[in-house]
This record gives sequence, C-alpha cells and structure tokens, in this order.
Amino acid sequence: MSEKKTLEELTKYFKDEFKTKIISIDIKKRAAGSKKLETSTIWMKIDKTVFKDVIKHLIKYQYPHLAVISGNDLGKNIELIYHFTVNYGERLKEINLHISVELPKSKPEIESICDLIPGALITEREKQEFLGVKIKGIPDNRKLFLPDDWPDDVYPWRRDETGPEKYYKNLHEVNKK
Amino acid sequence: MKSKTTTKTTYNIPVGPIHPALKEPVFLEFEIDGERIVDVDVKLGHVHRAIEWASRKRNPIQILYLAERICGICSYCHPAAFALGIEAAADIEVPERAEYLRVIQAEIERITSHVLWAGVAAHEIGFDTVLFLTWEMREKMMDLTEFLCGNRVTKGILTIGGIRRDITKDMLPQITKSLDYFKDNFEKIRHIFLDDKTIKLRSQGVGILTKDDALKLCAVGPTTRASAIKKDVRIDTSYFAYGDLDIDYITPDILTGEVNGDVYDRIIQRLLEIKQSIDIIEQCLDKMPNGDLVSEPKIPKLLNQLKKVEGEGVGRHEAPRGEVIHYVKLTGEDAPFTWKVRAPTYNNILPWIPMLKGEQIADIPIIAASTDPCMSCTNRIGIIKDGNRYELRKEELYRLSVEKTRRLMR
Repeated sequence: MSEKKTLEELTKYFKDEFKTKIISIDIKKRAAGSKKLETSTIWMKIDKTVFKDVIKHLIKYQYPHLAVISGNDLGKNIELIYHFTVNYGERLKEINLHISVELPKSKPEIESICDLIPGALITEREKQEFLGVKIKGIPDNRKLFLPDDWPDDVYPWRRDETGPEKYYKNLHEVNKK
Repeated sequence: MKSKTTTKTTYNIPVGPIHPALKEPVFLEFEIDGERIVDVDVKLGHVHRAIEWASRKRNPIQILYLAERICGICSYCHPAAFALGIEAAADIEVPERAEYLRVIQAEIERITSHVLWAGVAAHEIGFDTVLFLTWEMREKMMDLTEFLCGNRVTKGILTIGGIRRDITKDMLPQITKSLDYFKDNFEKIRHIFLDDKTIKLRSQGVGILTKDDALKLCAVGPTTRASAIKKDVRIDTSYFAYGDLDIDYITPDILTGEVNGDVYDRIIQRLLEIKQSIDIIEQCLDKMPNGDLVSEPKIPKLLNQLKKVEGEGVGRHEAPRGEVIHYVKLTGEDAPFTWKVRAPTYNNILPWIPMLKGEQIADIPIIAASTDPCMSCTNRIGIIKDGNRYELRKEELYRLSVEKTRRLMR
C-alpha cells in the first residue's frame, strides 16, 4: 500500500481520474469528546457508468473495508450507497467513504463487485431481493433473507406499487369489517 | 394423549444460548466427506422481523427503543449507532459529560458480552463448570448494569443528543467494587482458557481465518482483529469520548508474539479486550468532566427539530462483536425515510466458510461460536453422505463436540 492519503488528497485522487463522472463530493467532519477530535466522511455521488472503475481505483489505493450497501427508493431512481472505510489501522486516521450511485427504475442494473471484494456477496444478495435491483454477474443469485416462496415482483423496501403494502394488515383494523 | 409419530423436521425452535444480534438463526448446510467438511452453504432469514420496515411509522425516539430490541446482548450498541446517525444527519452536538457516560455504558456491555461468550465457548467444547464460573462473573456486570441503568437487559439509557442517567459521586464505590472483582478474577479465567491443555488441543490450529481472507470477506470486530487486521471503530475514528482516551489496537500477538487466526487467538483476543474495557471505564471515571447530560431535554422540542431536518447520516459503533453501522436518511417527516441496520454478524458469516472448510464435524460448534454469532445457527445441519442427505441436529452436534474433548483428555 502506498502512503496514506489525507482527505483532500483522496478526493483529488478520484476527481483527477473520473472528472465529470463524479456528480458531487461532499466532505463532512464531526468533532467528539473533550478534545474535539474530528472524524472525516466523504459522500461521493458518481455516475453509474464508471461505478466499477471507481471501485477498482479505490482498491488500487488501499483494499477498503466494505461495511454494507444501503439503498433508497427515490421515486424514479433507486439509490445504492456503498459504505466503505479506508486508512484504518492507525489511530484516528480512518476516513469514511460513502459512494452513492443512482439507477433508473426502468433498468435497475449494476455490476457485481464480488470479483473484487468477495465479502460483498451477502449485502448484494440482500439489495437484490429488497430493492429489486439486478446485480449483474453476482456469483450466487438465490434469495438471502426472504423465504423461497416470496413473490418475485414484491420488494420490501420499495415505495411504489411493487412495495409490500398489500401484504400487511394494520393490527387495529383486523377485526373491523 | 396422542403422541406425535412423525419424524419429519420442519423448523427447530432455537432453545439455548440464542444470539439475536442478527435477525435470524442461521442455517448451515455442509458437504461432508467422512469426518471432513468439504463445503459449506449458509442460509439466513428464518426470523427476519422487518425491523427497518417497522421504523417507517415511528419517530426517532420511538425507534431508539425498537433498535434496542434488535438484540438482547447488544441492546446498547444499536440505539448508540442509530443515535450517532441521527446526530450526524441533524448536526446535534452532544455534551461532553454524556460522551464519557456513553463510553462507560458501551464498555460495560462489552465486558458482559465477552464473558458470556467465554461461557458459551466453554460449553460448546464440554466444559460446563467453566460456563457456570464465567456466567457467575457476568452476573456481577449485570448487577452493575442494573445499578446504573435501572434495567438489566434492555437498558433504555441512551437518547438522541445525550444519555438519560448520570453517574454521581456516591455511585462510584459500587462501580469500583465491580471492576475490582473483575480484575481479581481475571487471572483465573485467563489461566483456565489459555493454559489448559485440552482447550489448547481443541482450539489451536482449528478454524483458521487468514489475514487475507479476513480482509477480503470484510470481517469485523474481534474476528478480524484475531487475524491481525487492525480495525476497531473506537480507535480508528473519534466518536463518543474515545478520541480523548489512551487506547490502542489489540491483536493476539501482544500476548503470544504471533498471530495464527485460529480459535485460540479469538479466545485470547476477547480476554485481552475485557482487560482493555476495564481500563477504559477507569480512564473515563477519572477524566469525566462536569456538565449537561443531554443537548435538548424536552423531547417534543427535539422531535420538532428533527422533523425539519433533511439529510443523511451514518452512525458507526464498535459493538462487542464488531462494527455496527446504521444509515439514516431524514426527509423532513416524522419518521426517517430510510433506516438501514447492519449488525456485526452480518459481515462475520462469510468468514465462516474458510474457517470451517477442512475441519471435522465435531469442531463445528466451537468454530461457529468463535465468531460469537447467533448460536441457533447450528441448530440443523444437512449432511450429504453416500449420496443420501440426512440432517444432524444441534444436540447431536454438541454430543460429538463433547465426545471429542473427552477423547483428547484421555
């Protein structure tokens, strides 16, 4: 691994490589405790066409730790956020890197990163069944948390007609007819 | 009375040391060649409770108590990570005294959890006397938890922007007494776990997770640190009062001079972490400044404030089992738009596969337990032998494990 980059160097590292394909970079710092030491966070929105290259570029710097992928149903698009951390292993040097990518609902497809980070498998499978995104090239396509007989076109985290609304009853309404 | 004659097993209700940090008992399917494990397949989701979905109709304060119920052992970590996420999204500053009190609670939980784990690990290899010894020690920490929070399990101590109960001067002797008890008895546990010949035979060179695998499979917590990866949210980042404290990474080589990444190393790892936690609590009691407990004591006012916030935040906390991370998105409504919970066991499932491959069936319980997961995972295991599938239940598996220990003791 090369020398550890600071926050500014790290954002420059990505900006230089991908230029306009990076939609926005938002840097946040939060202080805590009596000494008010800070933790840095980078929120980076990227274009989905360069997604895999961004991950490859990140691995070239340091093998990152992928905590989880979280997701939002934004109406027309589905947003996936990859929560990485880099620079770990040295006191207070860690940087949170949240890489966000938006996929249109008409074609919610993204490449799998399991070939680069095998530990992404569980969270990719979860996103596939909960948000209805298609992970291209995922090594294991089965359901993870949902039972095998779960209907194919219902995604629990969606907020549109493919959401789970029709499957639940409000407890206070059950006996009212 | 008519007795059931069917031998067909559908679900086994998990009974025993259940760990619900993750949302399910895990189902493992092994491919076995004689005694050796050839391949492992993990199935999840048997008790997925849709906690994230349930949050859609709750406000952040209500979610704190929902988060507490994700796990019975880490009932502090989940609200902590959630509160950190909300505080990041809404840019709430927490009073300094509260930050120290939060650390004390987190470390008490870590001690309780690690000692519980030590008992479970001993039980899995057939040392039930050690189980009772360690759980008796754990009881002292549970009493301390009750003394500080009013509750033993669901603590209800944390709130957004601070903490709900103070530690006053007259409470200090009780805390010191409990910590002293642990310090005095630490040597006893250390001796049992690290010097015992049989425990060494059962744990050394068993269930190895290499540094490379731990990194690639994104393992977290003691599981990854026992494979020599220095990753600990408390030390890597500054949150709560951890930035002020004098702490350093713990890896098993501190004690033995080398890292093997086996079950023995994971035992050393957790024992050393208990010691570190006692040290952290003492530092906190020593350095704690005076001041407020919460940033905004009026809850309706706080909720009103949060209702206007638009933004997203991530809360990360080092739970006893590893990093817990919560993602929260607020869109100016009562309930958060998105709340994603990721418990540490979620990331420690894939590392099981390299750990278990090539090991014996009798080693499954201790290897699975060594990552400190939900133990009901080993409840039912499918075995393929001579082309026929049959299932091995937890009790049978436990019997095999105990028999192996007895064999080694002879």
